[in-house]
Amino acid sequence: MIPLEYYLVVASALFSLGLFGLLTKKNAVNVLMSIELMFNAANINLIAFSRFVTGDTEGQVFALFVIVIAACESAVALAIVMSLYRILKGVDLPEASALKG
Amino acid sequence: MERLDTVSSLQYFVPEIVLVFSLMAVLFCDLISKNRSQSERRLVIVIPTLIGLVVALFYAFAGAGEVSAGLFNNMVALDGFGNVLRILFIASSIFVLLFTVHSKELKSVHHGELLVLLLTVTVSLIWMANSINLMMIYLALETVSIASYVMVGYLKTDRFSNEASLKYIIFGAVSSGTMLFGMSLLFGLTGSLDLYEIRAALSNQEIVASSGPALMVIIVLILAGIGFKMATVPFHFWCPDVYTGAPTPVTAFLSVGPKVAGFAVLVRFFYGGLSEPAGGHNWAMVGSVDWQTILMVVAVLTMSLGNIAALTQTNVKRLLAYSSIAHAGYIMMGAAVLTGEGIQAMVAYMVVYLFMNLGAFLVVIIVHNEIGSFEVKDYAGIWRRAPMLTLVMGVFLFSLMGIPPFAGFLAKWYVFSAVIKAGLGWFAVVGGVNSAIGAFYYLQILKTMFVDGDETPSPAKPLILQPIYAGLLFVLVVPNIIGLLLWGYLDRVAQYSQRLLDVI
Repeated sequence: MIPLEYYLVVASALFSLGLFGLLTKKNAVNVLMSIELMFNAANINLIAFSRFVTGDTEGQVFALFVIVIAACESAVALAIVMSLYRILKGVDLPEASALKG
Repeated sequence: MERLDTVSSLQYFVPEIVLVFSLMAVLFCDLISKNRSQSERRLVIVIPTLIGLVVALFYAFAGAGEVSAGLFNNMVALDGFGNVLRILFIASSIFVLLFTVHSKELKSVHHGELLVLLLTVTVSLIWMANSINLMMIYLALETVSIASYVMVGYLKTDRFSNEASLKYIIFGAVSSGTMLFGMSLLFGLTGSLDLYEIRAALSNQEIVASSGPALMVIIVLILAGIGFKMATVPFHFWCPDVYTGAPTPVTAFLSVGPKVAGFAVLVRFFYGGLSEPAGGHNWAMVGSVDWQTILMVVAVLTMSLGNIAALTQTNVKRLLAYSSIAHAGYIMMGAAVLTGEGIQAMVAYMVVYLFMNLGAFLVVIIVHNEIGSFEVKDYAGIWRRAPMLTLVMGVFLFSLMGIPPFAGFLAKWYVFSAVIKAGLGWFAVVGGVNSAIGAFYYLQILKTMFVDGDETPSPAKPLILQPIYAGLLFVLVVPNIIGLLLWGYLDRVAQYSQRLLDVI
């Protein structure tokens, strides 16, 4: 059986990849994908811990809720990106910089 | 601590149920009034929303009793702290609902969804403030966030509104993702999602000794999510942009509701999960991490940055955004002292903050309706057009400054005395210096309103004030003026709110 550490390494790697993508990507859709990676890293953690540490379903239920919330969040985010696209004719984040000071 | 099952919890959950039902009713009213004219339709949706909120407020007052329990199998807490915040959230939503009625920014768009979202956020704010389970905290926090992203971007054709919304959602998603990762690690470390079981696990020296630096990482990660909601340094970057871009009634709402709920989560998490009552009004940290110092550093940085950055602002919404960051720092002082008085001071500050901050935003809305600008320099000469409005704004700003006869002074005094009582004199001094810096930019607005613009030759046209806004101004300004008379009442509320679930 695969030990717990392997899951945690994968989860941390995913989280770091997400953070890296978030900081380096310019396209809003890419940024949203990177955020999705961060959520999934937490999901892997939750499920692995619920299997190895607690042995009950608490963590798995949490992971299911997270999946639902992540879906809602990306739906709203994409709607906002669409609406901004109509105004800016592009989805690059540096263009959305009218507000500053 | 009594643990109640789902059915027996429902009797303590009446305000939330009322809000959920009125939410559905508003959605329905919105649908059936589709063929009416804009103004009729607005009336058809505003009135049920108002009724729902008022009824919920009534039940929230009626339900604020002596009982304390863990509702829904220890998912949601019922205690003095939660009961006070519940009233606060519903009251702030009533104010914001009435703010939207005559707002010029929202004139061209349909109101229905905005009010539904407002009710959604109100319910979720109550859940957020009362959750004592990591999963519940995450769910409530995300519901608040997702609904407020849409509220910020409500002006679909406005570039600023859309941009603010995009910035908000990206910052929000990142910080909640970070918080979630921290929660998953905390779950792995302690084997539980329940805050009180987490505290029990962290009191176990074996677990703490084997965890190494994990707890420190967890606290920093989770603080990212809570800090985003509270808009404290270093998670405040979204705040000025979002406050500027959002429609002003929404800005007013964001500056009170989600911020207060963020502080509630902070208290629930750090007092419920990471410290235990240590006799009297004191609390002791559990685990190996000195999070009190982290909170103090964050508080000092937050108020200093907020006040200093506000000095150079020319847009009044942006200025109030930085001022709200500074006020988050003052509220945080109460959370960082680790005593019951600290929690009392926090709640007292948040109650007063509701009145003074919403008041200031209402004046901004009224002035924008008239002159169509948020620039401070365009406020010149308002004094000659609307002397009463200017005086009222003066009261709100003096209250925000913390000048003695007004309620803001009371709130600051409450916080500083709690800090001094806990033996952290230097902390109070930092707060005092910050209040002095803050006075400068508030006075700048007042100076512009009173003194500037006298050379304009055109005769002063009186400013139109709708009866609803006049009434709201009166309701908001009176507690600020007679703050000192309300001292006893506020003190009682604060005493009551100090009752967290396990210290009754």
